[in-house]
Amino acid sequence: MMRLEQVCRDFLVGDQVVHALDRVDLEIRAGEYISVMGPSGSGKSTLLNLLGLLDRPTSGTYWLNDEDVSSLPDNALAEQRQRNIGFIFQSFHLIPRLSALENVELPLVLAGAAVKERRERAREVLDAVGLSARLDHRPDQLSGGERQRVAIGRAIVMRPGVLLADEPTGNLDSKSGNEVIEIIEQLNRDGISLLVVTHDPDIGDRARRHLVMHDGRIVGDERTDPQ
Amino acid sequence: MRADDTSRLAFQSIRRYPLRTSMLLLAIAIGVAAVVLLTAVGEGARRYVTGEFAALGTHLLVVLPGKAETAGGAAGMLVGATARDLTLDDAAAILRSSRVTKVAPVIVGTGNASWRQRQREITVLGTTYEMLDVQHWSMQLGRFLPQIDMNVSSPVCVMGNDVRREFFGNANPIGQWLRIGDTRCRVIGVLAQAGVTGPFDTDELVIVPVASAQVLFNTAGVFRILAEAVSRESMPAAQRDIIEIVKARHQGEEDITVVTQDAVLSTFDTIFGMITTALGGIAAVSLIVAGILIMNVMLVAVSQRTQEIGLLKALGAKRRQILLLFVIEAVFLSVLGAMLGLALGNAGTFVLRVVFPAIDFTAPGWAMAAAVLIAMASGLLFGILPASRAARLDPVQALAGR
Repeated sequence: MMRLEQVCRDFLVGDQVVHALDRVDLEIRAGEYISVMGPSGSGKSTLLNLLGLLDRPTSGTYWLNDEDVSSLPDNALAEQRQRNIGFIFQSFHLIPRLSALENVELPLVLAGAAVKERRERAREVLDAVGLSARLDHRPDQLSGGERQRVAIGRAIVMRPGVLLADEPTGNLDSKSGNEVIEIIEQLNRDGISLLVVTHDPDIGDRARRHLVMHDGRIVGDERTDPQ
Repeated sequence: MRADDTSRLAFQSIRRYPLRTSMLLLAIAIGVAAVVLLTAVGEGARRYVTGEFAALGTHLLVVLPGKAETAGGAAGMLVGATARDLTLDDAAAILRSSRVTKVAPVIVGTGNASWRQRQREITVLGTTYEMLDVQHWSMQLGRFLPQIDMNVSSPVCVMGNDVRREFFGNANPIGQWLRIGDTRCRVIGVLAQAGVTGPFDTDELVIVPVASAQVLFNTAGVFRILAEAVSRESMPAAQRDIIEIVKARHQGEEDITVVTQDAVLSTFDTIFGMITTALGGIAAVSLIVAGILIMNVMLVAVSQRTQEIGLLKALGAKRRQILLLFVIEAVFLSVLGAMLGLALGNAGTFVLRVVFPAIDFTAPGWAMAAAVLIAMASGLLFGILPASRAARLDPVQALAGR
């Protein structure tokens, strides 16, 4: 469903060109559970941003569902993100003035869904992440783990094919981190593709496919059988 | 995105950040209120000065008998013609001009006045009740001459304050009978102490109805006629009207002179122009200050929300949708802030008027309109510009808050 061909992403830092991604080839099939590991600055986040259409490749081609999305205009990219991709960020990025329910509703609001339908859908999703008792709480009234679960709800409320998580447990203690990982693994078992960027080897090892990055290249790509 | 959702989202950020919202409203309101107050003070000063000049009789035309020749020598002496007297009928005729609002004929003479044992030589002014308004005199006691036809005499008089003191001391003069020459008149009013205003020292006058003065001095003519024009601008036309009217009454002979107070008027015009310029300057400076104040608050408010814009982009919001959110917010804040500022500014103006009742503090309409316009324009511009920049940003950068 996602295929990168010879994708490069260069940044200009001062007058020096940094190759954050260097001729990367990668194919991700529906329903996969992938972890991306590697030292800081190896290009993990750049890869994730690129796959999530938050960023465009400098060169190379990105096929998403057999469509070349490497050089779509801004608004077309926004539509693709809306339909196909769910994001989970290390720092949650919830909107502080909105309640949990409203935060989860936000993608549906932006897509123009009817009030009744989106309220129902947001409740279902919050139920699925175990927050049905916290619908009207604002982010500052929730714990870190609960906030990340709201963010997961928001990521899956549009039923995307893939869930991209950038250090989803980075700001959490190990107990709530585990809960969060269990929730997204359950979502993966229900069919969504899952790609997790992490520093934490314990979390990385739980995936069925392990990518290792170094200096903008994928230097390791192993599969383990599900336990 | 549905329209109701767009406005709901925009209003949520207004309602749920009360501190930020109130700071923004305050900045805009203070900007507008400052303009309203400053221009009200300027306009108040302008009106005060205008009023003071009006009291000097800026609209006043003085009609004199006889033609003052500016060239050609004394024609009257050569042909042996003397100037025809101005009469009370001439005064009544002048009032027919639509550019003349008030007319006061004047006769001046001296007479011997006495009350009980006290007597002195005194200046007697014969005129009508219109004189009070034309000269902007005010009364200290009683009332001015009665509002009767100018051809009717009446045994009453009004006196200046010095005359009152000399005859009556601390006693109440109202109702006392003063003898002037062979006639007696009842004192009905005393003018407020004023010193020399216009051509007369009012404190030293006794004023009687013009017809009584004609009897007293045994004359059919009047010394001069004071006429008040409708406005400053209509004075030349009023002057022409008066000459035409009197000429027609005097068998086509132009035998009068109409004088205006040109020196006073040109000084007035200079000062008036300077005050108007100063007022414009005050308004311009306060508008610029208000605009910059609003700009700063808006810039800070929007850049705090770059991350939020990044998130909206990641969730699939289009640039237009993000912009619309900020436009609605900025429009609402600017309009509400401007209205608050108007209310605040007018409340301040009201307080000024109560504290200084002598000066009429009123912000001119154009200043209020300009203040509201500038507030809304800068609120909108600096609310939307940074938002539009943020909406164009890479989602990755916006999310990182850069």
